[in-house]
Amino acid sequence: MTDAPVVRLANVTKTFPQGNVTALQDIDLDLVPGEFVSLIGPSGCGKSTLLRVIGDLIEPTSGTVTVNGKTARGARNDGDYGIVFQDAVLFDWRTVAKNIALPLEMLGWDRDRRSARVREMLELVELGAFAEHHPWQLSGGMQQRVAIARALAFEPALLLMDEPFGALDEMTRERLNLELLSIWEKAGSTVVFVTHSISEAVFLSNRVVVMSPRPGRIAGIVEIDLPYPRTVETREEPRYFELVTAVRELLRSRGEHLLPEEEANLA
Amino acid sequence: MNAAVASPLPRRPARRAPIVRALARAGLVVGVVVLLLALWELYRWIWTSAGWTWPFLVNDTSMPHIWTIFKAFGQPAQVNQPSLITVLLHKTAFTAKEAAAGFGIGAAIGFALAVVLFHSRLLQRGFLPYIVASQTVPILAIAPMVVVWVNPKLPGPLQGWGAVAVIATYLTFFPVTINTLRGLRAADPRAVDLMRTYAASRWAVLWKLRVPSSLPYLFSALRLSATASVVGAIIGELPTGLQNGLGGAIFNFNQYYSIEPQELWATNVIAALLGIAFFLIVVLVERTVVRRAPENVA
Repeated sequence: MTDAPVVRLANVTKTFPQGNVTALQDIDLDLVPGEFVSLIGPSGCGKSTLLRVIGDLIEPTSGTVTVNGKTARGARNDGDYGIVFQDAVLFDWRTVAKNIALPLEMLGWDRDRRSARVREMLELVELGAFAEHHPWQLSGGMQQRVAIARALAFEPALLLMDEPFGALDEMTRERLNLELLSIWEKAGSTVVFVTHSISEAVFLSNRVVVMSPRPGRIAGIVEIDLPYPRTVETREEPRYFELVTAVRELLRSRGEHLLPEEEANLA
Repeated sequence: MNAAVASPLPRRPARRAPIVRALARAGLVVGVVVLLLALWELYRWIWTSAGWTWPFLVNDTSMPHIWTIFKAFGQPAQVNQPSLITVLLHKTAFTAKEAAAGFGIGAAIGFALAVVLFHSRLLQRGFLPYIVASQTVPILAIAPMVVVWVNPKLPGPLQGWGAVAVIATYLTFFPVTINTLRGLRAADPRAVDLMRTYAASRWAVLWKLRVPSSLPYLFSALRLSATASVVGAIIGELPTGLQNGLGGAIFNFNQYYSIEPQELWATNVIAALLGIAFFLIVVLVERTVVRRAPENVA
């Protein structure tokens, strides 16, 4: 994978004037096309802020963000990425199908093209039978799959995910991890995945970017050399446990700034 | 929450047939009305037989019998005239026309005003206090001016009742503006971020996100405005001297109250029913238009 990076972060720093907080300091990171990268760290390490900087929802105080060779603003205006938040953020007055069609409406697709794509996406996330349901009639896991379908509907090169499964129970989360991987393998997008679960980060990613708080910096990057496709058995391999341990150690060693309760959250 | 596995929908508990539910609700409404009428008669009976005069003397003038009021509907109010109910229904149609026009125009103005104020902090700071102040002026105090200003400019078919509709508008727009403004602000900030990732224009954010989010707020306001527009139309008829509507009827019957109180009471019943009808129409429209999660319905 020698292509130009999909995302290039150079010297990115973000300070919030209120309370004089340095959320991010001197972040340098390149993402290659098709790669699955997780950002992990304790709360307050700036991982969500970093994701929002990439998506141009927050402007960095200094440094440059390049997405698909454009500025972050240019990439946002061109609809170069899809985004998934911790909550599904579906429009409850729209049906599942209309929710998935929302970005396509914004792109000016005509009705036939929209409905064909929506059908494909519903198949992809296995919700074909629920097209005409309203979001509140679905479980939390199903809602999050609708949000993923919506984010991927216009085939963005980049998918930004901000703790997308953080509000779900462990069982649902593990199943959605598997589904996300199979969707990712089919769609071929580059994924930036924010999480505070070590096992989730290791299971999903090509690389895990470990961040430390106050100020938010990159503490280290762990290459995950587990082969794809990953399955339920992957979680039982010795190499998986070694990598989980490696990420945990890295979080610990750079965790001198952690408060005791934050340390406990990393378990 | 294991429901994501090709899962069955979370089912609502089984409910009775719609017809049975509708009948049960209608029965409840009728029951309450009967109870209130019975209380009226009971109060009359206790106060007259005990001879109590506090807080007021109870007799056929202050509290006519329920049946006297209902009998009045069938009798002509004046000699050589159709029955009171026929006359009142014509007047009700007239007042309903004024109120409906006022409600429609008021809702449209109220909504447009909210959208404009939402998009301009400056206008909001400058104008909102005066919009609030406009509602502290009693409607009776400004109604005569509205008639004098508006009536001469109106084309023939709108003469008279058009000015009353303007007065109803004045009472209608305010709750719509205030609630819609609040509803537009109530859009989920994460949904606003989502729209930003689509590079959505202000216009798209307004129509695809903010307006649908504000609908429960808008309809709360419309329920208030529906009844306010009827009150506005009735009051507006007084300074115009219009005799075709319920306001004129109330004004007339008021003057003969000591002789025939049942006619004013009968008119009041009809006026109340008109207000209720307006309210129910708004509720029905809301049911068909607003599709929101149960927790988001006002």
